Amino acid sequence: MEPQLSWYLALSAVLFTIGVTGVIIKRNVIAMFMCIELMLNAVNLTFVAFASFFQDVTGQLFVFIVMTVAAAEAAVGLGIIIAIFRNRESLDVDDASILKL
Amino acid sequence: METNLLSLIIFAPLAGAVINWFAGRRVRNERFIGIVACSSVAISTLVAFYLAFKPHGALRGEEPLLDHIWTWLQVGTLRADFGLAMDRLSGTYALFVTFVGFLIHVFAVGYMHGEAGFYRFFSYLNLFMFAMLTLVLADNFVLMFVGWEGVGLCSYLLIGYYFDKKEAADAAKKAFITNRIGDWGFMLGVMLTFFVTGSVSFFANPAAGEAAQTALSFFRNQPVEPFTLGVITAGGATSIALLLFIGAAGKSAQIPLYVWLPDAMAGPTPVSALIHAATMVTAGVYMIVRCSEIFIHAPTAMFIVAIVGAVTALFAATIGLAQNDIKKVLAYSTVSQLGYMFLACGVGAFVAAIFHVITHAFFKALLFLGSGSVIHGMHHEQDMRRMGGLKKYMPITFATMFAGWLAICGIPFFAGFFSKDDILWKTWSATGVGPYSKLLWAIGAVTALLTAIYMTRMMVMTFWSNERFDKSHVHPHESPKTMTIPLIVLAVLSTFGGFIGVPHVLSSVFTDRNVNVIEHTLEPAIAHAPLIEGQVETAAAAEHGEAAAEVALIVVSTVIAALGIGIGWTIFKKRPLLAMPRILENKYYVDEIYDAALIQPIVAGSREGLWKIFDIGVIDGLLHSIGQAVTELGRLGRYLQAGFVRGYAAIILFGALILIGLFAYLGYLRP
Repeated sequence: MEPQLSWYLALSAVLFTIGVTGVIIKRNVIAMFMCIELMLNAVNLTFVAFASFFQDVTGQLFVFIVMTVAAAEAAVGLGIIIAIFRNRESLDVDDASILKL
Repeated sequence: METNLLSLIIFAPLAGAVINWFAGRRVRNERFIGIVACSSVAISTLVAFYLAFKPHGALRGEEPLLDHIWTWLQVGTLRADFGLAMDRLSGTYALFVTFVGFLIHVFAVGYMHGEAGFYRFFSYLNLFMFAMLTLVLADNFVLMFVGWEGVGLCSYLLIGYYFDKKEAADAAKKAFITNRIGDWGFMLGVMLTFFVTGSVSFFANPAAGEAAQTALSFFRNQPVEPFTLGVITAGGATSIALLLFIGAAGKSAQIPLYVWLPDAMAGPTPVSALIHAATMVTAGVYMIVRCSEIFIHAPTAMFIVAIVGAVTALFAATIGLAQNDIKKVLAYSTVSQLGYMFLACGVGAFVAAIFHVITHAFFKALLFLGSGSVIHGMHHEQDMRRMGGLKKYMPITFATMFAGWLAICGIPFFAGFFSKDDILWKTWSATGVGPYSKLLWAIGAVTALLTAIYMTRMMVMTFWSNERFDKSHVHPHESPKTMTIPLIVLAVLSTFGGFIGVPHVLSSVFTDRNVNVIEHTLEPAIAHAPLIEGQVETAAAAEHGEAAAEVALIVVSTVIAALGIGIGWTIFKKRPLLAMPRILENKYYVDEIYDAALIQPIVAGSREGLWKIFDIGVIDGLLHSIGQAVTELGRLGRYLQAGFVRGYAAIILFGALILIGLFAYLGYLRP
């Protein structure tokens, strides 16, 4: 049986939901970070699926852009996480809340 | 005729002011500042004389000289140019303003010697000349108003020249605020003129694309308004004339707006001479004569002008009798003489008014500068009770002021004699003021008597009588040449200046030619009431009988002048410190009445009503409640900013879900 477009979309939706849930319920900043990556890749999956379905290369181009941005974000994000860890000796995001009033 | 030289008359003093303000304050060299200030006015003087007397010049030709500098305002049908015009009237004015102004500038170089604000003083003085000449030479009401405000500003700056003295600062404010009341009337008058005539110009300048119909020529073909009270509010010529007269009364210190002028004496004496005697305060007279076309169509307004002028003349003269400050005497004398000029305007003797403006500029500038010389020589003593016997210390000042004294008293063949007589005679023979002409004449005659008395008192207290100053501290001395030379020139003018206006009844004894220069120079520039049929013959017939009356009046006023001097001499020679009636010394308590009736209620109303209720309650209340509302909103919004990253993420998620849900509900997501 040929894989349908809807399968990819369903998988992508599942991955995205897992990512969102992870960002909201996880306290560990590394875990949150991985969940964000999960969401990005879920979207990437949608893009390539549609690109294949419509026989249009634009979707694949978007994927490249998303991957580039994700790489840059990973670099900056990990840098921030290391800085926070050095400061706080903790990876719990709720400890990093001194900017509130 | 178009000539660009005219703009040089006004811009030369402006350049002088700018140079002194920027360069003079750095150089701080009195010689440099004095030369810049005097030479810029000298340029104006020379150009004014050249333009007035060259072939087809302003005073010789029929057409005014025009200079359209730029089109300033053009909105709808309102057209006001920055344009100058020199006709016979403004030419005459420009001549004496520049010339007397030049003399006073020279005097001031000596008088202000050693002042820290030397550059500032001359910068203001030059700026004043610019504003005054703009006022005089403006070819429309709007530009005239610019000059009008400009002289008011310079007057304020110069009265407050000694701004560290409270008295001077208060006097400056008083002058400015009182003038604002007049300016209000002037502005409304100009607006009404535009509303009625559709123009604000005095002269048509077709070369610059102006309409041929001007604000003044509009009235030429209008009927004369009736002599009733109702026309005052009718919005025609009478309303315009009265509004303009309010402006003139403010600038020229007439009842009830005269109170600023005596206080303005807190400024340096050359300022008093230039602004508050010779030039600026006569701007109101100039404006009325300039608008004579409007005034002759408004007999009610003319009558009011005459009454106000006569009453002011008498009122100020009585106050002048009792003042002890030498400059205050001259200040009230100026108010009184200005009243004379308005009396002349009111009875339709516009030429006589201008004639008196000119002679008054000579002798009053002379008297003021003379008093400045006395003050200078007495180490800034202004109280005549501590002077006396100065004639042997200051012979030149004494001799020149002697000429000014005789001129203002109206002793024959001095300048004031001719102009004052002209006014009194024109008042006596006036036809426009109904049966009141003899009454007005009587007021004028009594004023002339009082003038002679108080001027004699001033001269006696200053130059004759016993020496009442402290000789161990005060050493009176004659003033330097830069001060005495202008005095001498003005004394010569005060003595002989009246011969430009010798009345025909006197000159006809010697020659048949009409030697009344001032009259046949100015006559074409002044509007004449439309003659009624048959009046010409009666006028010619009456002239013969009137000549005898005119000679009689001349004799009467000569007797009055001599009598006044005699009375003054006999009373004050022996007892120079004779106490004067307290009510006169306190100026009828007018300042106190104004304070109680106007100023205190305004201050109280402003404090209790405007400040405590309106400002604190309404304005502050409004602002504070807006601020409070914003603070409250912020307090609520704070709860969203908990500082927990996951909370923010949840908010973003819910926001996105709501948006997607909304789109889905609205059907945007269906293909």
